[in-house]
Amino acid sequence: MINVLFFAQLRERLQQDRIELTQVPSNVGQLRAYLSENGERWQQALSSGKCIAAVNQTIVDDSFSLTEGDEVAFFPPVTGG
Amino acid sequence: MQDRVIVQEQDFDIGQEHQRLTEDASSEGAVVTFCGLVRDNNLGRMVQALHLEHYPAMTQKQLAKIVQDARAKWNLGNVTVIHRVGTLALSEQIVFVGVTTKHRGEAFLACEFIMDFLKTRAPFWKKEITNEGEFWVEARNSDEEKARNWASP
Repeated sequence: MINVLFFAQLRERLQQDRIELTQVPSNVGQLRAYLSENGERWQQALSSGKCIAAVNQTIVDDSFSLTEGDEVAFFPPVTGG
Repeated sequence: MQDRVIVQEQDFDIGQEHQRLTEDASSEGAVVTFCGLVRDNNLGRMVQALHLEHYPAMTQKQLAKIVQDARAKWNLGNVTVIHRVGTLALSEQIVFVGVTTKHRGEAFLACEFIMDFLKTRAPFWKKEITNEGEFWVEARNSDEEKARNWASP
């Protein structure tokens, strides 16, 4: 099982702040593809350009492998400071 | 050589933080600090308040990493980074970065470095509450460029 978190505009657009997935996709890119099957809104929101991924609180690229128990977060480019 | 990295809702006292930075820093001759405030305008809209969201499990970790990266580049004394979250009113303090070093050049550089990476890597998101509604602030290309410029040798 993995936890997938959504933040900021992404969370608002998808109307979800977290999802639990029992199946673990092989990598972040596969996870994006799997979630995009939910429909066009998901597909557009998760397309790599303005949607950053972090696994266990470290920013990663789409080739990053996922393991049981991982926490994945998807979020827009950051705007702190 | 102390790192003080804090994410909190409550306001901070810049005078107290300055004092803390310099307390046991007898060999350090320079202190540089930066404070970011809530502005009243952005893109022509009048901002009434700012809401700061963050990714709690990651913010502290990421800020601590940015400070470590700064320490790898320069010989730093004490470093303090404080970032507030929650809803802030106009002119309220959002962020504080303070650095002590032996000489001023490194202090200015380290402070700027930490801010440039905080603005592009730390998981905070700002939402402006304005007279025209609520808007998420968009990340700026100029901020990403500033972060990238530090990578050149």
